[in-house]
Amino acid sequence: MTILLTLVVLVLIAISIWQITKIFELSQAKKENTQIADDYDNRWNGQLMFAFLIFIYAITLFSFWKWGDVLLPDASSEHGIEYDNLMWISFAIIFFTQTITQALLHYFAYKYRGEKGKKALFYADNDRLEAIWTIIPVIALAGLILYGLYTWTDIMTVEENEDALVVELYAQQFNWKARYAGEDGVLGDANVRFLQDFDGKNLVGIDATDPNGFDDVVVQELHLPAGREVIFKMRSQDVLHSAYMPHFRAQMNCVPGMITEFAFVPTVTTEEMRQTDDIKAKVKKINAIRRENSQALLAKGEEALEPYVFDYLLLCNKICGASHYNMQMKIVVETPEEFQKWMDDQQTFAEVIQ
Amino acid sequence: MSTAAAQVHEEDHGHHHKETFITKYIFSQDHKMISKQYLITGLFMGIIGIAMSLLFRLQLAWPEQPMGIMSALLGKWAPDGVMDPNVYLALVTIHGTIMVFFVLTAGLSGTFSNLLIPLQIGARDMASGLLNMISYWLFFLSSVIMVLSLFVEAGPAAAGWTIYPPLSALPQAQPGSGLGMTLWLVSMAIFIASSLLGSLNYIVTVLNLRTKGMTMSRLPLTIWAFFITAVIGVVSFPVLLSAALLLIMDRSFGTSFFLSDIFIQGEVLHYQGGSPVLYEHLFWFLGHPEVYIVLLPALGITSEIIATHSRKPIFGYRAMVASILAIAFLSTIVWGHHMFISGMNPFLGSVFTFTTLLIAIPSAVKAFNYITTLWKGNLQLNPAMLFSIGLVSTFISGGLTGIILGDSTLDINVHDTYFVVAHFHLVMGISALYGLFAGVYHWFPKMFKRMMNKNLGYLHFWVTAICAYGVFFPMHFIGMAGLPRRYYTNTAFPYFDDLANINVVITIFALIAGAAQLVFLYNFIHSIFYGKPTEQNPWRSNTLEWTAPIKHIHGNWEGKIPEVHRWAYDYSKPGHDEDFVPQHIPLKEGEEELQH
Repeated sequence: MTILLTLVVLVLIAISIWQITKIFELSQAKKENTQIADDYDNRWNGQLMFAFLIFIYAITLFSFWKWGDVLLPDASSEHGIEYDNLMWISFAIIFFTQTITQALLHYFAYKYRGEKGKKALFYADNDRLEAIWTIIPVIALAGLILYGLYTWTDIMTVEENEDALVVELYAQQFNWKARYAGEDGVLGDANVRFLQDFDGKNLVGIDATDPNGFDDVVVQELHLPAGREVIFKMRSQDVLHSAYMPHFRAQMNCVPGMITEFAFVPTVTTEEMRQTDDIKAKVKKINAIRRENSQALLAKGEEALEPYVFDYLLLCNKICGASHYNMQMKIVVETPEEFQKWMDDQQTFAEVIQ
Repeated sequence: MSTAAAQVHEEDHGHHHKETFITKYIFSQDHKMISKQYLITGLFMGIIGIAMSLLFRLQLAWPEQPMGIMSALLGKWAPDGVMDPNVYLALVTIHGTIMVFFVLTAGLSGTFSNLLIPLQIGARDMASGLLNMISYWLFFLSSVIMVLSLFVEAGPAAAGWTIYPPLSALPQAQPGSGLGMTLWLVSMAIFIASSLLGSLNYIVTVLNLRTKGMTMSRLPLTIWAFFITAVIGVVSFPVLLSAALLLIMDRSFGTSFFLSDIFIQGEVLHYQGGSPVLYEHLFWFLGHPEVYIVLLPALGITSEIIATHSRKPIFGYRAMVASILAIAFLSTIVWGHHMFISGMNPFLGSVFTFTTLLIAIPSAVKAFNYITTLWKGNLQLNPAMLFSIGLVSTFISGGLTGIILGDSTLDINVHDTYFVVAHFHLVMGISALYGLFAGVYHWFPKMFKRMMNKNLGYLHFWVTAICAYGVFFPMHFIGMAGLPRRYYTNTAFPYFDDLANINVVITIFALIAGAAQLVFLYNFIHSIFYGKPTEQNPWRSNTLEWTAPIKHIHGNWEGKIPEVHRWAYDYSKPGHDEDFVPQHIPLKEGEEELQH
């Protein structure tokens, strides 16, 4: 039935296009039937060009007004502050350039629309102008490149740090596990060859002959202490995955056969984050949407949706198969004391394999 | 050399007139016919590619809601009218592959390089008509295989158009990595062969078969763009071929180029010592230049159309050529910006950030030169011109966000999100598509001897232009909100629930944009048969193709090939009555040729 309707609609659209063309052609019957733009076409299309400029500005402003609140909240990590700064500087430059160049382009298209008998200016070259718009981007980009590279080096240089917490993020189709290095601060050797040892209890393939591994702790929920550097070591057992933690401005691919690294200092605990205005407003909005959706579900006799509570997220951001869209892990940032308490409750590898 | 070849051709071109249906319409060696074949095949693939995008847009706007259209088109892949997640991934994969390679590489570059190179440089045909014909038929074959792969039992390739291993290498990882992926690889290997034959032909033709007086510095910018595009293709496509071959080896012969330490479906695989990062390097060594293989021809077409319809010389011809060369050179040393967070050494990230952001400079020069060309022009706002102005607009809007993505630091958090999707669709997808449309509207009279309907063209442009921004502008916000691309739905994360209505807006714009393309299709097909017959030079253009007879003849010109006496952009030149002076008109006494 739907197919039939769709087909009917398509046919009707085709007929209406045909008829509109006919009308156009008949209305222009007096004029010569040419398919080349005349003064009339130049005028109305030029005017539309100007209107289009307003449309571009309008859709920009509208999007910020309407959807500005979906953007990520301020970063919850130390380097994230630098990241956000650089982002806003880049955006300022982008919006400035966008506003000016689109205005020139569309205004000229409107202003210099053709008229019969008018002659264009023969103007083919101007080295000075060329130099100006080569040098201005050079200066702007030099600034951005330097600032960017400085920040990049800062973020990506993972220094040996006695106090740092070492955590392995372990990816597989389609879930995450985390492994903490334990008391000794050293992750035991691991390889996918050991995954089948201990009747499948060796969830991330720790090498049982490496003593460093016995105090390792493998969990399904990532807990991080606020204010302490966390050095992540990423592994994958099957295909490429990407560990994406948007609130911390952190991301690194997980590559089978190699260990990748990323480090950051989380600064805001989950509790604190839930109390910020941004998140409170967002949660309120999301819950309103969920209530609405629940009503539809209840009407169909299904269960209502649970109310939403904010949590930090770890998402997979590299296509990895059918359930890629649902490969996630909750991240809990807490005070060092809470973290220690949680950690004490976890089983070490030695305990698990006994 | 060129004259000798032309002479030989001239002498025997009389014998070619007796053509059978097969040699004229199917296995034709005539560049004009091959160009039409490329265009029609490209448009056909485009319909498939765009239709796929509409299907997955429906899923994204109304996730997991039963829809009749899904069960009608996808059959068992959409049980109860709900698209299967694997099929979603297959659709985005094939959409990307078809649009990038089959539509915007073969359909755009193949069509207009073939049509314009001989006609604009004043050659009887391509250097090798036979290779040209083989190039098209290899493209056709690869298209057929790609389309056939849609009908494989387990579904077509579904690992994303970049087909990163191990996902693409292991049939255990997803259903699409079985026969579907094999067909994808075979199709692409044939496609690359076709592209290489085509490119070599373009290069040789431009270098050797220019008519008398057509020096390199008098070449229209279209030809410069096609020429440099062909060079980039010859340099980078073989690397993709080698990546594809190594991937085939890994898949079928147990080698370990890209694979190591894998445990999947309860089994440790034997692969040892390979690295997926190596594949990423090889892929993007083509993948990034590919962006410019798609874009440069569109920019070349735009340069030509903006100058012609502004009735003004293109501003800064030398700077335009220099920026094409600069972009081409830089395009081969920036591929690493797709891999900032792949696990490669962060120092490499610094280098690639530097080279990547440099590309903004020649791009800015081009944008400003287009804008200055419009200044004080006498703009003839034909559909081709509108699409060219539209291209400059989307090229700027999309290009600017490249400053964010090309910066390794900022890339960390927007990498592989919808921000990227919005960026590249505007800067290379929509821009190149506009270039294709502009080219079709402008050269339709040359190809089919008739004019397209302008009012339908206007309708097509304005609806498309509004919808393109309507689709991709809001998409930036979804990306900035942190939503990864290639997600079947975002309902698994309540955190993203507030993005649902943006997705609905995007999909509605996409559906209207899709409908607008039907207007184009109708106009295109209708005009081939019933369009108004064209005049000799409808746009009053300077380039040589408009001196060739309207009726297509083998060898392009009756009698001698016109000689060239000036550059292609003498529009509104003082001292001439008309506002254009074609390239074959000799300089008047005392007239100076512009030193460009």
